[in-house]
Amino acid sequence: MAVTAITILTRFDAQKILGENMSVPILEMKNITKQFPGVKALDDVSFKVNRAQIHCLVGENGAGKSTLMKVLSGVHPYSSYEGEIYLDGELQTYRNTYDSEKAGIAVIYQELALVPEMMVYENIFLGHEIRKGINVDVNETIKQTVALLKKVRLEVNPSMKVKHLGIGKQQLVEIAKALSRDARLLVLDEPTSALNETDSENLFVILRELKQEGVTSILITHKLQEVLDIADKVTILRDGQSVTTLDNNNGEVNEDVLIKHMVGRSIENIYPDREKKSKDEIILEVRHWNAYDPRLERQILKDVNLKLKKGEILGITGLMGAGRTELARSIFGNTDGYRLEGELVLNGEPISFSSPHKAINAGLAYVTEDRKGDGLILIQDVKANITIANLERILTRGLFIDANAEIRDAREFRDSLDIRTPSINQLVLYLSGGNQQKVSLAKWLYVDPDIMILDEPTRGIDVGAKYEIFTIMNQMVDQGMSIIMISSELPEILGMTDRIYVISEGRVTGEVMTQDADQETIMRYATM
Amino acid sequence: MTFLQELTQNLKRNIREYGMYIALFVIFLFFSVATDGMFISSRNISNLFNQMGYIAVLAIGMTLVIVIRHIDLSVGFLAGFLGAVAAIALTQWNLPVWAVIPLVLVFGIGAGLITALMVAKFGIPAFVATLAGWLIYRGALLQVTLRTGTIIIPNPAFNAIGNGYIPDLPLPNFLPGLHKVTLLIGLLAAILMVISSISSRRKKIEYDFEVSSKNMFIISLIFMVILIGIITYILAGYNGLSWTAVIVLGVTLIYHFLTTQTFLGRHIYAVGGNPEAAELSGISVSKITYIVFGSMGMLSALSGMLYASRLQSATTTAGTLFELDAIAAAYVGGVSSAGGVGKVTGSLIGAIVMISLTNGMNLMGIDISTQYIVRGAVLVAAVVFDVATRKRGI
Ligand SMILES: Nc1ncnc2c1ncn2[C@@H]1O[C@H](COP(=O)(O)OP(=O)(O)OP(=O)(O)O)[C@@H](O)[C@H]1O
Ligand SMILES: [Mg+2]
Repeated sequence: MAVTAITILTRFDAQKILGENMSVPILEMKNITKQFPGVKALDDVSFKVNRAQIHCLVGENGAGKSTLMKVLSGVHPYSSYEGEIYLDGELQTYRNTYDSEKAGIAVIYQELALVPEMMVYENIFLGHEIRKGINVDVNETIKQTVALLKKVRLEVNPSMKVKHLGIGKQQLVEIAKALSRDARLLVLDEPTSALNETDSENLFVILRELKQEGVTSILITHKLQEVLDIADKVTILRDGQSVTTLDNNNGEVNEDVLIKHMVGRSIENIYPDREKKSKDEIILEVRHWNAYDPRLERQILKDVNLKLKKGEILGITGLMGAGRTELARSIFGNTDGYRLEGELVLNGEPISFSSPHKAINAGLAYVTEDRKGDGLILIQDVKANITIANLERILTRGLFIDANAEIRDAREFRDSLDIRTPSINQLVLYLSGGNQQKVSLAKWLYVDPDIMILDEPTRGIDVGAKYEIFTIMNQMVDQGMSIIMISSELPEILGMTDRIYVISEGRVTGEVMTQDADQETIMRYATM
Repeated sequence: MTFLQELTQNLKRNIREYGMYIALFVIFLFFSVATDGMFISSRNISNLFNQMGYIAVLAIGMTLVIVIRHIDLSVGFLAGFLGAVAAIALTQWNLPVWAVIPLVLVFGIGAGLITALMVAKFGIPAFVATLAGWLIYRGALLQVTLRTGTIIIPNPAFNAIGNGYIPDLPLPNFLPGLHKVTLLIGLLAAILMVISSISSRRKKIEYDFEVSSKNMFIISLIFMVILIGIITYILAGYNGLSWTAVIVLGVTLIYHFLTTQTFLGRHIYAVGGNPEAAELSGISVSKITYIVFGSMGMLSALSGMLYASRLQSATTTAGTLFELDAIAAAYVGGVSSAGGVGKVTGSLIGAIVMISLTNGMNLMGIDISTQYIVRGAVLVAAVVFDVATRKRGI
């Protein structure tokens, strides 16, 4: 279910590992085949990882990366797949994740498995508390926590509640937790998709240090530059098969090679061309927009002013936590209950949206940043997710859902967005991350809005699918839609937008025309 | 794909749903054998439906409450209280039956909306809000029955709801011993079912959608027709369809259509599946909460009247433990407390399962203490089965 994970092998400490026969690979997965109803997710995959290396795993959405790691970690138990797993040359037969953890595998998901209300040290030792008699030995726990935090270079108070940490720091806590169990093989499933650049770099520094100590890492990512930066080896999966494994240390790997293996053809241009023809007509204007969070008693948006022109792609960027998502959500019906001041002007008319329903009726759509959390209904099928925001389109007599029309429409979107699913009756839960994202897009395209707000639209999406989504965005603006694209990925902001606002700590610190912008300017505004 | 493969695949895919019907069948078979056929006699089956009525309607409402991730503990005593209100309206306010029924239903809706207000507006957990309701309605029931004790309802029209049967054609020589109108209704239901299945299948084919193979389709049709036939025949062998059965079937049918075929149903399941996503999709979670609790209140009123009518009186203890029976029926019927999952037809079957157990064990003369234990065990077994079958394939 989870897209992203870090898995760690323990049991032996570093010296022992280094003392072992280095020629035996730490992990070897042989001829793994995993079948789901209607999908062969893995088809005779073999995968070998050498000791004390950082091994990247790449492939398109739905290629089977997460599934392979779930087989490894026992989420899919021994009897549910074909093939064998060898750890240090020994056959492994995990019945569940507990077994793999005991054998040295600890899984850290992108949706982090920390308890927000508990303190850092409690989280790290959750499940294997240090005891003194029947009590938890708090002093010893904190002492060990401090040592672990030092290892992952995290300077926080061990008694801080996890919920007060940013996502990047939480991820480090998660790694510390794994290390506390003597981890020696980390599997990270898209750890950086929710991290900003600094946090990502920080993470990589730590992975390299751990490597020096003999910890092996498997890293799944869609960011190919990261692969080039950090990988010793890289294995490419395509359509459930392992295409090849390349060695990054002898210069045979570059982005083009990776893309070619991943999608089976080369992609010349990551950002599809668009004839930029935005009009000067302003469709939406935000004036003197202030938002206060009554719970935190904090002002999160400060006098934000911005204009959206008809038919343009407007970029909004900034560091994580700058207030971009809060801006979008406060406009789109303010479901977080902020206290708002300021004015919204839509097509020249002042307007306010007391609920998303009103915003949708006025022609807005908002593709959320967190597709699993508040975007999709995972336990419902693809077609229900596509139609939910605009059921009117398939109602007969204002009440009854026309099931046939629904199937017809859902199929149309599946085909036009190339959503890879065995059927439109498949639960969204079972789709790969990228395909879930396409379902989110389909859902909001189904509303046929005038203004589409896309919050991190390419998070966790492979290069091919990114290209497709960008192409769809271009088609949307060609048809007269206006797009607000929120993203922390500067290259895609620069590649796709007409105009850019930079937000820092709740304020607009800069506005630039994309043709005049470069990464440095934007970073300067973002840290202002 | 051969027919057999399709059949097993179909069975596997819908194991949860079929499992419930199979369990019901096994229970029926067991009690029929254990009671020398007394259990399956027309008289007993007819009686069983009447016993089930007031729990079944609660279970249907409770299904939706649980689907949107809440619970309602107040329904039992609300039903008891509103049953007493109906009795008072009939005996002391001297209102006619046709006015009392809608009036009490409206009271029920009002009570449900108050609960919804607590939950949606003030953010009180439903468990706590309805626990307060449980206390309050219990007190209210005791108060209104304080002076008189049990209120006898001498109104034959009202009492027919829980005890009467639909009228029959005055043709004593045609098909003697069978209730002809019931047979007719069964026949019509079967015909309607066949026609609508065929036309929906035809339409699907027209759109080039996936349908089950022709053999499979025909077999399932025949199966359904036989099932309707058997039930109709059994009921027609006694007094025919009771008014309670008509009401329960009517409520089930309406709620089934509402939940599976309308946008309202979609919205309810969306809110249950992921409230944040639903809200951001333009669905008002609080509106859905009002609707669902409002409907629960209305069905509590209905349940209360069914019960009062059946006893032909309002008692001081009416409604005791109804809420737990309804919740149990819903869970046996496959709702999930994680939200977003559960069918009203499932809960109806769940209610039939639970009542069959009581009824069958009563016929066998099994002690009440054992009965509780068996019912508890069945509840656990059903939920374990549910969880296990859901987990498959993930
Ligand atoms: N539990 C499941 N039930 C059914 N199908 C599944 C299940 N889990 C995964 N799949 C399917 O298996 C295939 C591989 O999915 P997987 O999640 O491994 O892809 P991925 O390579 O991790 O993709 P992404 O980059 O989008 O995360 C997909 O087609 C997916 O729909
Ligand atoms: Mg994945």
